[in-house]
Amino acid sequence: MTAPAAIAHDPHGGHPTNTGLSNEKLTMWAFLGSECLLFGALISTYLLYKGRSVSGPLPEDVYDIPFTSASSFMLLMSSLTMVLSLAAIQRGDHRRLRLWLLATASLGGLFITGQIYEFTTFYREGLSLSTNLFGSTFFVLTGFHGVHVSLGILMLLSLFGLSMRGKLPTERAEAVEIAGLYWHFVDIVWIVIFTVVYLIP
Amino acid sequence: MATVLDRPDVETPSPSGERRAAYPILRRPRSTEGLTGWLTTIDHKRIGILYGVSAFAFFLIGGIEALLIRAQLAQPNGTVLDAGTYNQVFTMHGTTMIFLVVMPMSAAFMNYLLPLMIGARDVAFPRLNALSYWTFIFGAFVLYSSFFLGGAPDGGWFGYVPNTSITFSPGHGIDFWIYGLLITGIASTVGAANLITTILNMRAPGMTLMRMPVFVWMSLVVNFLLLFALPVITIALFLLMFDRQFGANFFNPAAGGDPVLWQHLFWIFGHPEVYILILPAMGIVSEVLPVFSRKPLFGYPVVVFSGIAIGFMGWGVWAHHMFAVGLGPVAVSAFSVATMFIAVPTGVKIFNWVGTMMGGSLRLKTPMLFAIGFIAMFTIGGLSGVTHSISPHDRQQTDTYYIVAHFHYVLFGGAMFGLFAGFYYWWPKVFGHMLSDKLGKVNFWVMFVGFNLAFAPMHWIGLQGMPRRIPVYSEELGLQAPNLASTIGAFIIALGVLVFMVNVWVSKRNAVPAPADPWDARTLEWTIPSPAPVHNFDEIPVVHSVDDFWHRKYTEDEEGRLVKLPPATAVAAEQERHEESAAAEAQEHAGHDEGHGMHLPSPSFYPILAAAGLPIIAYGMIYKQYIVAVVGAFVLLGSFYGWALEPSVAPDDDEADLQPPALAGASGNGSAALVGAAETPALGAGSSTAESSASTTEEEQS
Repeated sequence: MTAPAAIAHDPHGGHPTNTGLSNEKLTMWAFLGSECLLFGALISTYLLYKGRSVSGPLPEDVYDIPFTSASSFMLLMSSLTMVLSLAAIQRGDHRRLRLWLLATASLGGLFITGQIYEFTTFYREGLSLSTNLFGSTFFVLTGFHGVHVSLGILMLLSLFGLSMRGKLPTERAEAVEIAGLYWHFVDIVWIVIFTVVYLIP
Repeated sequence: MATVLDRPDVETPSPSGERRAAYPILRRPRSTEGLTGWLTTIDHKRIGILYGVSAFAFFLIGGIEALLIRAQLAQPNGTVLDAGTYNQVFTMHGTTMIFLVVMPMSAAFMNYLLPLMIGARDVAFPRLNALSYWTFIFGAFVLYSSFFLGGAPDGGWFGYVPNTSITFSPGHGIDFWIYGLLITGIASTVGAANLITTILNMRAPGMTLMRMPVFVWMSLVVNFLLLFALPVITIALFLLMFDRQFGANFFNPAAGGDPVLWQHLFWIFGHPEVYILILPAMGIVSEVLPVFSRKPLFGYPVVVFSGIAIGFMGWGVWAHHMFAVGLGPVAVSAFSVATMFIAVPTGVKIFNWVGTMMGGSLRLKTPMLFAIGFIAMFTIGGLSGVTHSISPHDRQQTDTYYIVAHFHYVLFGGAMFGLFAGFYYWWPKVFGHMLSDKLGKVNFWVMFVGFNLAFAPMHWIGLQGMPRRIPVYSEELGLQAPNLASTIGAFIIALGVLVFMVNVWVSKRNAVPAPADPWDARTLEWTIPSPAPVHNFDEIPVVHSVDDFWHRKYTEDEEGRLVKLPPATAVAAEQERHEESAAAEAQEHAGHDEGHGMHLPSPSFYPILAAAGLPIIAYGMIYKQYIVAVVGAFVLLGSFYGWALEPSVAPDDDEADLQPPALAGASGNGSAALVGAAETPALGAGSSTAESSASTTEEEQS
């Protein structure tokens, strides 16, 4: 008889698990795997329909690449502040944790503000969901991503609120890590979307 | 809580004040009895039963729809249904049987059995599990409410555009279908993530992946398929929703859109879905056959790897549903070859099952009959499936009754027979009494004859050119006889289902308590009493091999013959094996006492409340009352906040912690036994405080 399989322990003192990942983290990874297919299907749809609009306005008529680049930069920087939040709580520095959480949420908020501005500008220039195929694919893909960022902001603000009420002790640093996984995922997806939607002519 | 009190910047007047603050909306349900008990339950076994009962109810509804279809087609130019109603009925029959019967029935088995089979006390996230169930129920509710709100969906279960576009289907039926499937999709995705985590993370000591029962393996594959396939149909439904409700152009050819995209997205989901439906049944049959052949499963690793191979290859064959669309010779050839290949791992499994029975001492009890029926019917369905891979042949078959015959052989003769084998096999474990074997055999033979009479003639009907989804056919077609036979067969199946229900009722009335291990079985769920106690295992088992329970009961002599260990020896041998591993365990657990305490989570209102937000959103969207949708979103979000702030184990139980253990034990009903059970020598690693808190938790539960 062989010895029983090694049971790894969650470093944060939760239940032991077979994989060594906590249940929460493993589930987040599974969820993100599912999200990959969700965005994969949407991005494929966009690529398939690229350049097939029979009427305008077309991408080159409406895009303001420098503006979107700036807001994309903010979203990417928010990944950095997210990393800093996690590092802060792992050190037990709760003041910095709240600072970086707020910074991350604000950068995400700026990105969303930029997206709202962009959407309204496009709309004023005559591009709506129903105008043409480009409008349908553009608004649904980027809007879907925007909803994900917004939910992420809600998650970050909830963590911030918990921390303010003292309910996010250092032992629960993994909650920040898991929210961070989601946040980084949404950022990475934006890199793909930005490339596919804006940069590839 | 201690952390909170330690922090000077937080206002917490008293522990009880703190507790009230944590429950701004709802009081924690205390009772596990009665209706509230069922509505707030987070016990995986009760949720499994809820799934099973709901799925069976939908099986009856979907069956009635099937009988309506067959009644209409019994004679040429049938007049039972008008064409519009006929469209609704066959659409709802397909949608119901796939999304509301086979999927949730598989979920019922997975929920009930996975934790028992891997030696866990519950799934990874019990409240999330409850959320999955209630989300499924509310999704089904949205779908079925269409019958009372202007007509059910009528676009077929695959909802091809442009037939389902707003131009050709202006009513709300398709909208109900979209939102119903989106909501049940959420249920399945959440459930899949939960069960994957459960299987990967919560196995008992020694339960390595390659010692898991095959049913657990197949469930793991199915849940990965669900996790990755459902987002694709979610997006397809999303795009259709935008097209129908907000004037988007995804499937509008006039604007450059392409209806074939819908077919691709649908079948990229749809083909893995086929394996989602069949693999759980394959898992059940792989459990039943060894028990009733009194032999280990022939080629366990091969069965497991075939299942995994099916899981991967299932992603590369979707376009064989679309050979008639005109994909071009390269795509058609590639998908033809892939489709032929996927028959290989499936065929391998069939040989494994036959090999398991070969040379075994077969006991032809009802579960075994259904399992053998599964193999035979599934083989026929599988073979007619391979004929679709030959594209020219497929052109002849597409949209005829031949296809209907094929997938009913796979999904009824396959999946449903497998699930019925599961009903008869696990009934004593779930309900504590056996189903009558005599009535069970009647059930099997009636259903078997009815099934073949209903669906075998459809091969012929289809090859003679009768199309699917057409409400009437003319006399000149010359297919009255096989159509009538098929209708008679359908009603005989209904009789078989009736026999099953009579069996359930009669067996309950004359209930003879079932022993823990009525079938002389091989897996861990049979080590515990029937019905399974609320905490599953008094102590978490330690696993040494595949079919561990079997090896506790039997050994082999020098000539390889099976020798039953006398109970006393069995206990001693088990004790010995335990002590070996307990030493290793104790070492590993040094400094940790969390391993074996029973932290059973408490019931909660939030899962059902959160799930109730979804149909509100759906109705708001369907009727374009967006304020209603926003209210629904707030219900959902608010419930999640309540949920997140509510600890999974009610804090009142922590308070009981403060009582001296003896007092807690004395005041409980039967918790003394649990304390005793929890303090067996093998588990001495746990500290006494952890044990007593475990027992009081348990006491609060009961």
